[in-house]
Order: sequence, then C-alpha cells, then structure tokens
Amino acid sequence: MSSSESSGNLDRREVVAQLLAGRGDALLITGLGSTTWDAAAVGDREENFYVWGGMGGAAMIGLGLALAQPERRVLVITGDGEMLMGLGAFATIAVQHPANLSVVVIDNEVYGETGMQPTHTHFGVDLAGMAAAAGFESACTVYTQSDLDTLCASLYSTRGPLFASVKVSGDRHETVLPPRDGTYLKHRFRRALLGDAEKGSLAGRTS
Amino acid sequence: MTDDAQIGEYPRWPEEIFGVLCDAEVTQVAYVPDAGHARLIELCQANGSMRSVALTTEEEGVALLAGAWLGGARGVLLTQSSGVGNCINMLSIVQECRFPLLVIVTMRGEWGEFNPWQVPMGQSVSDALGNAGVIVHPVDAADEIADTVAAAAELAFNAFRAVAVSISQRVIGSKVWK
Ligand SMILES: Cc1ncc(C[n+]2csc(CCOP(=O)(O)OP(=O)(O)O)c2C)c(N)n1
Ligand SMILES: [Mg+2]
Repeated sequence: MSSSESSGNLDRREVVAQLLAGRGDALLITGLGSTTWDAAAVGDREENFYVWGGMGGAAMIGLGLALAQPERRVLVITGDGEMLMGLGAFATIAVQHPANLSVVVIDNEVYGETGMQPTHTHFGVDLAGMAAAAGFESACTVYTQSDLDTLCASLYSTRGPLFASVKVSGDRHETVLPPRDGTYLKHRFRRALLGDAEKGSLAGRTS
Repeated sequence: MTDDAQIGEYPRWPEEIFGVLCDAEVTQVAYVPDAGHARLIELCQANGSMRSVALTTEEEGVALLAGAWLGGARGVLLTQSSGVGNCINMLSIVQECRFPLLVIVTMRGEWGEFNPWQVPMGQSVSDALGNAGVIVHPVDAADEIADTVAAAAELAFNAFRAVAVSISQRVIGSKVWK
C-alpha cells in the first residue's frame, strides 16, 4: 500500500509532537510499535510507559492508571491495529468514565510494523464512532491541521473519557528506540510518579 | 456441602476473601462474572473504597491491573477458569515488567462437571498459568480459601509476583450454581 491510500495525510511524527507539546505533567502510555517510536522521537521521559507487547492492552493500562491517579491526566497514544485488538476497552472505559483519560489512535489505516497490511479502518471501520457509541464523553476523527489544533486545545483539559482517531499518512519514519526493559520502565515510572512510595508499603501483611 | 465454613444457605468464604482483599488494600476489582464469584462481586461493588471494573474479556483486567500498579494501586482479577485462556498474551506484560498480579479463579471443567465444553480450559488452567509465569495456589477446602488468598496477596504485592488462587469446583458446590 502506498501512503496515498490512507485517507489521512497528516505526518505522524508532527502529530505526536504536537499532541505532547502541551502535556505538562500528564502520564503517557504508548502502544506497541510505531507510536512508541513516535513518542521516543519527541523525547524519552520517566512519565512515559511504552508497552512493547500485550497488543490490545494499551487503553486498558491507561484506564487502570487513570483510576489509580484521578488527579493526573493520562494520555494513551496507540495504533489503529493495537486499538482494534482491544475494542472491548471502549465499552469498559465508557462505563468507568474516567474524567482524566484521553485515548488517541494514530490511524494510518495499516499494520505498519508488520508490512503495511490494511487494517479494518482502511475499509471504513470508524473507531471514533465506536467510542462515541460506547459512551465516551467525546470522540472525534481528525483529518486536518485545524482539526488537530482543536483536539490539542482540549486534550488535557476537557472532561474525559476522550477519544480521537488522527488520520495520518502511511509514511514510515526512522525507528527511534526508547528503553525496552519492562522492569526498568515500570520502576522509573513509579519512582517519578510516587516518589518514595514506589518501594511499596508492607500493608496487607497477614500478620 | 457439609463443610464447616458453610453456615446456613450461603458459604462464608466469599465474605472471608472480601476481608482479605480489604486488608490487602485492594482498590480495583476487575471481573467478568462467574456464578462462583457472584457473592464476592456483590460485596466489592457495595464497598466504597473499591472500584469494581466489569470487563468485556478477562485480558482487559490483566492490562488494567498493570496500569493500576503503575499508578500505585493494588487490584485483583476475578475470573472463571475459562477466562484464564483469554489472558495469556496479556500476561507477557506482567512477566516482562514483573508486575504484581493477584487472580482468583473459580474452577469449572473439573470436580463433577456436567458441561463438557468447560473441560478443555478447566483442565488447562494450571499449566497455562504456569507457562505464563503465574504461580498457582490450588485450594479445594472452603476453610483454607481465606488463608490461601491472604498468602497469595502477600506474595503478589509484597514479593512482587503474579499469583493465582484456583478454587476447586468441589468447594464452590452446587448451591451457588442455580
Ligand atoms: C497478539 C499480537 N498479534 C500480532 C502481533 C504483530 N504485530 C506487531 S505490531 C503490529 C501492527 C500494529 O499496527 P498498528 O497498531 O496500527 O501500529 P502502526 O501501524 O502504527 O505500526 C502487529 C500486528 C503482535 N505483536 N501481537
Ligand atoms: Mg496502524
């Protein structure tokens, strides 16, 4: 598939850079593959947790985090293929209705990492429509720079759960690798977020 | 059932598990309903300091609880034995990151099962979880359930391990099924 076959023409690296520009102290979860490289290209941070596996789980990790940290904004940035594998999360998130959760799909309409095979969104499956039907507080599809500007203005401030599918071109970029050891990513994220409490209390000891 | 742990119409072990979860400071309870978990789910839903999260599939719970731990919270996944099969790839996140995980599995396809379709997954629970890096504590006596869950919670949250307690169909008994 050539890049012109995606219904989007935004550049994914520029999109992710713009999405993250206003993040402040927001916590970030990325899905496996390209969205992880995109976030790493913007700059590695301790408050980034990159999910290198567990396809379909990124939005649910975001939900668990958002429920645990209701005062912090949580942003999930993942791929269309990754989101399609966990569509039930739309229903589960909508029912929990966390006000502090935003989920953004970088929708290139292909499984980029595995050879650019078209995903269901290429054939018209409407992720934002599904999120809206599930009961997200807001859901939109972003096609243009001006749509993206509007999204970025509300991404961290509007009442969640928010969903956006950003249509990007199929262009591939250099792979920028962030750290990939899972225990390291977990510990540094918890240390940045929880400080000393990261060590864990011994609460719950049976006696 | 003629077990000591059962008084009157309802068995006492769901209340006992609930007490253990409170002591362990569990605040996120993820589940796909199973008849064997019905009473425990009710207790958790009625508790103001626990967030009950109904899932569409059990693997969502594995990811949810990883996120909970990232945010400093403890959770539990309640699942029927068949739901274990839905979790396998998501458990790779738990193993790779060494996330604590507490799972309580109510067994089907095992003691006195009448539904043949439950048997394949029920009989695979222990091996499947073991292969996915989850320590399994089987329990088949009602009066050992609470202690087993408490030990599993200790191993999960204080020794940072993935642990499942599988409660035999033998204990769950016929009363809960109808
Ligand atoms: C369970 C599972 N099935 C398949 C794969 C192979 N896989 C790795 S990345 C990927 C595609 C991801 O596509 P998408 O989320 O759209 O990301 P992008 O197009 O941005 O690369 C697939 C199918 C996998 N890692 N795990
Ligand atoms: Mg894609």
